[in-house]
Amino acid sequence: MKISVQAEPFDYGALSNAFAQGHTHVGAVVTFCGIVRDDDLGGLSTMEIEHYPGMTEKAIRAHAKTAKDRFSLAEVLVIHRYGSLKPGEMIMMVATAAPHRNDAFKGAEFLMDYLKSRAPFWKKEIVNGEPRWVDAKPEDEDALSRW
Amino acid sequence: MIELVYFAWVRERIGEARESHETNAKTVHDLIEELKQKEERYAVTFSDLSAIRVAIDQDLVDMDSSIENAKEVAFFPPMTGG
Repeated sequence: MKISVQAEPFDYGALSNAFAQGHTHVGAVVTFCGIVRDDDLGGLSTMEIEHYPGMTEKAIRAHAKTAKDRFSLAEVLVIHRYGSLKPGEMIMMVATAAPHRNDAFKGAEFLMDYLKSRAPFWKKEIVNGEPRWVDAKPEDEDALSRW
Repeated sequence: MIELVYFAWVRERIGEARESHETNAKTVHDLIEELKQKEERYAVTFSDLSAIRVAIDQDLVDMDSSIENAKEVAFFPPMTGG
């Protein structure tokens, strides 16, 4: 497992490519990246992501381990950024490798659902100069019940 | 003596990121009641506990968890990662 919580941008293409190399018992790799989205017609200038250093890595590692065991994943990669990001920038990526594609897809979805509401990150949007904390959505919590 | 840490709007409302606190509380819930008695800013922050999440020593826990061996208790809003 490779987990990284970082302020710096990451190279999604290079990391995805490296992740897919060197396996002989893997038939499927799924990669996902999350991007800062402007829902306010150009009003979003910045998204600030705060996290809980120490707990963030611990929580991600625990969820990645659960995903790895549950979906028989050969390898897992999670990168999540914090700090000040602009619309269009990549916030995070997940990659899963498994013998079969169903497990790779499910493992990635499971991780995404857990990162959304069980990893200690908080988003603050600066919209038209006004800061506002992003509220957790009830459907994000509901998404966990399917697992 | 335990360390209290706050994140996101909980941190903003309380006005600091971290503080040491002498407590007699046995559970997270007792600790919150103790803080609410201390000052108005805590009472305001903890007025709606459905909007508060808690971690003890960096593990997510429930409000009725024991804090007896806790070194660090963190309060924050529901998480918005991903």
